[in-house]
Amino acid sequence: MSDKKELTFEEAMDKLEAVVNKLEEADVPLEEAITMFQEGMHLSKYCHDRLQQVDKKMTEVLTEDGELKPFFVEEKSE
Amino acid sequence: MSRDYMSVSDLTKRIKSLIDRDTLLQNVWIRAEISNFKWHSRGHMYYTLKDDKSRVNAVMFAGNNQFLKFTPENGMNVLVRGDISVYEPHGLYQLYVKEMQPDGIGSLYLAFEELKKKLEMAGYFSKDIKKQIPSIPQSIAVITSPTGAAVRDIITTLERRFPLTKVTLLPALVQGPNAAPSIARAINQANVASTFDVIIVGRGGGSLEELWAFNEQIVAEAIYNSHIPVISAVGHETDITISDFVADLRAATPTAAAELAVPDIGELMVRIQDRKDRVIRAMDRKIENLKERLNYMSKSYAFRYPQQLLEQKEQDLDRLVESMQKIVNQKIDKQTTSLGNLNSRIVRLHPEHRIMGEKKKLKTNSELLMKSFNALVSHKKNNYGLLISKLNVLNPLNVMERGYSLVYNEEDKLIKSVHDTETNSNITIQLRDGKLHCQIHSSKEEELPQAKWSVKYER
Repeated sequence: MSDKKELTFEEAMDKLEAVVNKLEEADVPLEEAITMFQEGMHLSKYCHDRLQQVDKKMTEVLTEDGELKPFFVEEKSE
Repeated sequence: MSRDYMSVSDLTKRIKSLIDRDTLLQNVWIRAEISNFKWHSRGHMYYTLKDDKSRVNAVMFAGNNQFLKFTPENGMNVLVRGDISVYEPHGLYQLYVKEMQPDGIGSLYLAFEELKKKLEMAGYFSKDIKKQIPSIPQSIAVITSPTGAAVRDIITTLERRFPLTKVTLLPALVQGPNAAPSIARAINQANVASTFDVIIVGRGGGSLEELWAFNEQIVAEAIYNSHIPVISAVGHETDITISDFVADLRAATPTAAAELAVPDIGELMVRIQDRKDRVIRAMDRKIENLKERLNYMSKSYAFRYPQQLLEQKEQDLDRLVESMQKIVNQKIDKQTTSLGNLNSRIVRLHPEHRIMGEKKKLKTNSELLMKSFNALVSHKKNNYGLLISKLNVLNPLNVMERGYSLVYNEEDKLIKSVHDTETNSNITIQLRDGKLHCQIHSSKEEELPQAKWSVKYER
């Protein structure tokens, strides 16, 4: 799991799905199952943490000149 | 004075049936201007159709007006198709509108259909080139007007559902003659920036003219050429534009576009928890399973009665040894038999037999020899006896018995003739009982009277 930093949330989710499906098959050897279990736990924690760290992304506006500026949605005036 | 009075209802019925039977008043096309437009809360539309001289009431029920591609407004010139009939409660004849198109922009419909056909032929709408929308985009480009409901709906929905996604607005004109180039430019700009993994392009609802930019070829091409997946969200549910056909995904409304673009973080949380639970359950089940198997095996015959297993093996071994010995013995027997055969053959050929034979033969021969020798001896004996007796007969001693004597000279040689002697020589006469030594006085030759008494002897 040294590539943890590189893993996107989506990849981690896919991996987690794969681990769950594999582990639910009956014929995984125990040693492999233990490794997979640990990986599954890591992945679920990783995914969960990624969703938890809600440092809300600022919405920006990219102008025609390629300039980025903060953008705020105007409140409903009607 | 009695008169037949017709009721108002009957009158109205009569008029209605007259109108309803007139085929010229059914399925008629009318060109007019809308006024007094009223959209009832239950969905039916009531308005007046007029020209410079007349007016007629019109009603368009919800079932017919839900497919309208524009929002009717007062003063709008329209082409309508419908039936004339009577609303009996009010004694009012009116047009029941089935279909309505804006007049004067029929060319736009034509243009729409033409471009649609052209792009479809060119493969712009092909399902095969639709790009997959990433399930969890990192960064979304929103191309729409920076003001209005659409941008607000999109951004708030995105933030609410998945605050981790970065949203960037690329402002564009979405209405008017400059809208199409503006939208196309923004799409290209998003592709050049290349930091986005989804583009949402769209605007809120409006009239066909207002939405027209999304039916322009330049926009269609920008979407078609985009290497970033595009979700189009133009107007309301019923507004379908060329952009919608070209886009990788069509959303009915701007809000729907935002919902399609990102997952709901709450749902994701639930999904992660579910996967985690499943991992734990699967592991528990596996361990439980293995325990059960272990348990089962430890209770198995082999583990409970190892002695028996051993004994069985012992028995197996014995049986094997036994059968091995049997085989070995059989082999030995066979070899022994063949050795015996050889032996008896060799014994038969043993020289002792020959020796015995030869000995026997020798013995027989010896016996035979002895026998013949004895026979010979006895024969010889007989002969001898005969000869002896014959000899006896001839024995001079015997003769001497009878008076004969032998005369020897001085040299002891037998004298047989008178000529063997000389006068005065000494002689010796052998007699039966002694010798006489004499001297010869004289000699005279004389014939022996032999013939008279000679006896012949034969064997």
